[in-house]
Amino acid sequence: METTLLTKEEIKTIKGSEALLKSLINENVDTVFGYPGGAIMPVYDSLFHYADQLNHILTRHEQGAIHAAQGYARSSGKVGVCFATSGPGATNLITGIADAQIDSTPLVCITGQVASHLLGSDAFQETDIIGISMPVTKWNFQVTSASEIPYAISRAFYIARSGRPGPVLIDITKDAQQELFEFNYQPCVKIRSYQPYPEVNQDRILEASKLINSSKKPLVLVGQGVTLSGAEEEFKAFIQKAGLPVASTLLGLSALSVKHPLYVGYAGMHGNYGPNIKTNECDLLIAVGMRFDDRVTGNLSSYAKQAKIIHIELDPAEIDKNVKTNVAINADAKQALKLLTPLLEVNEHQSWLNEFRECDRMEEEKIVKEACAPKEGGLRMSEVIHQVSEITRGKAILVTDVGQHQMIASRYYRFDQKKSNITSGGLGTMGFCLPAALGAKIGCPDRQVIGVVGDGGFQMTVQELGTIMQYNIDIKILILNNNFLGMVRQWQQLFFDSRYSFTEMANPDFIALAGSYKISAQKVVDRAQLIPGIKTWLETEGPSLLEVAVEKEENVFPMVPTGKSVSEIRLE
Amino acid sequence: MEEKEYTISVLTEDKPGMLNRLTIILSRRKINISSLNVSTTEVSGVSRYTLVVLASRDELEKVVKQIRKLIEVLGAFLYEEDQIFYQEIALYKVSASVFEQNGMIEKLVRNNGARIIALDQRHIIIEKTGTKEETHELYQELEPFGILEFVRSGRVAISKSTRKTEAFIRELENSKSNKLSIKDF
Repeated sequence: METTLLTKEEIKTIKGSEALLKSLINENVDTVFGYPGGAIMPVYDSLFHYADQLNHILTRHEQGAIHAAQGYARSSGKVGVCFATSGPGATNLITGIADAQIDSTPLVCITGQVASHLLGSDAFQETDIIGISMPVTKWNFQVTSASEIPYAISRAFYIARSGRPGPVLIDITKDAQQELFEFNYQPCVKIRSYQPYPEVNQDRILEASKLINSSKKPLVLVGQGVTLSGAEEEFKAFIQKAGLPVASTLLGLSALSVKHPLYVGYAGMHGNYGPNIKTNECDLLIAVGMRFDDRVTGNLSSYAKQAKIIHIELDPAEIDKNVKTNVAINADAKQALKLLTPLLEVNEHQSWLNEFRECDRMEEEKIVKEACAPKEGGLRMSEVIHQVSEITRGKAILVTDVGQHQMIASRYYRFDQKKSNITSGGLGTMGFCLPAALGAKIGCPDRQVIGVVGDGGFQMTVQELGTIMQYNIDIKILILNNNFLGMVRQWQQLFFDSRYSFTEMANPDFIALAGSYKISAQKVVDRAQLIPGIKTWLETEGPSLLEVAVEKEENVFPMVPTGKSVSEIRLE
Repeated sequence: MEEKEYTISVLTEDKPGMLNRLTIILSRRKINISSLNVSTTEVSGVSRYTLVVLASRDELEKVVKQIRKLIEVLGAFLYEEDQIFYQEIALYKVSASVFEQNGMIEKLVRNNGARIIALDQRHIIIEKTGTKEETHELYQELEPFGILEFVRSGRVAISKSTRKTEAFIRELENSKSNKLSIKDF
């Protein structure tokens, strides 16, 4: 809005809704994902005048908006922002908020709320979103007066992005959006009750260096903490100096190139054989920016019991939560690694590393060879991902959904660039992929973004094809279609005597569906078409979709069954 | 893990919704709160929550660390019984006629260090301050005479440590790093 229309006196006082937008601009926000509705209409009205400064993406559902904001945050490293109205608009954000909380994604969610005099009265589209979102936000706050807006927004951004990042929700009543007040914005730099960065304990650093220097069989577990603190280079210096083999958690993938000579694989339930087996053989486990999720540890009572444990972690509540540590370093990964590396002796653990390579050979022989280049039978998800990885040379941003295709993509995509892995790890949110992929592309327009999704998850947020069409968002969508909820089916086969209870799906014609959204699409059904199909799909200008009809009953192996030890990993 | 009674003491900014933020951390783990008290402190704008819970130390250390993560929490501490001084208040309502007919009640009140805080034609109200065991003892002694109503307050506790709230808050205001180390409960 051009302020020239206002008198000098009026310039000082603006509406809460406009103050919100000015506050966002002050926080360097350039993109907002959202969906309008009654209680947030004043904000949308102000937004009409700010279209040149704030790029608003209208999704087709609030869940789409928040997953898009998550994808945006994770590809750009900035805070993702989304708007929703009160009531159902706000509750539709909850899945994404919970997802962002468990995967440490910085978000600021703005929800409209009924006018303050109606609060608590079950007014139209009123829901207690502060109460509902409390357990799944890093912080939330309800604004009932326009003058609170700068305070709330400055704190929201400071809290969302500092320390262990997370989602913040700010609920703004309609009257606060309409109220006039004198706007003045000060970014938040300190909150006395919130100190996101601990003072690093030098004694612990020294103790850790001694353990590393004397270890014969060290194993490093890298988590998303390294990505979040932008410590990829520091991490590389750290492992290279002491010759430390590195395994990655699901969210840690792409923090270190898969091609790095010290990279030994992906740890956890469907990870690689070596890192899982060797977790129970190493003499020192060094966890950096990860939280020992049960999908990584398997049965805790038999997890790395022989090893000393060093845990570098920013969130004190994660330390000693699942795995008791010998040396706990409560610190940001970057800061801790910068202090630790100079104390390390130059080392290489060649014979120990060779043991991992021996495991790799075994896995290659028993699983990978057949998975990536099967001679017969239907197309397998693994060979599709393998080819996509080869053709993109591991350089794309891969956004995955949840299920078999996710585990397979995590196993077979050879990530070669940092910040390339965007997936719903902690919450396991089906439907995450499509909106997160479009958000990731907007957050990082210079890189190729590929969304890998199953036929189940695709249909959970398929409406976002509309968003992709409207804004012509150049993402490449890969549907691995087995007409099954594959992971659940796999568990039914392995643990429930093959009773396939409600996991088979009748699917629509995905190509026609994409066509109705003017998105170019093609389907591959046999092996000969696969490579040319992938190439055409990736080379298509603008958004494009590739559906690959894959083997109906493929299982993902290796697998550490729930409740089993990592050393009981099954190869078949 | 052995379950025991612990006292959790939390200093927070005096903001609405804090009680909810604290209790969902406990209810998530199905930890029952046996008593709860919210009060002001000697520092203006700072509240103290005192919770008594039955759980294992291992689990409660995790809970306390999760409580500390709450943005408006200034500090949270876990205490065993010998680390604090604490009291609770109990009120007992007894029929006035029973009281008048039987001199025993007055004797019990005196012997237990309790007092009568209200007396009218229908009933009397006895007040006793002490530990849960002490207020329970008086309850048992009064029970044969018929207790019409009984209520016990949440525990209020002050730690034996030398930490001063005001100095602690000032330290937070001036420091750039974490409030409490991970091993400090």
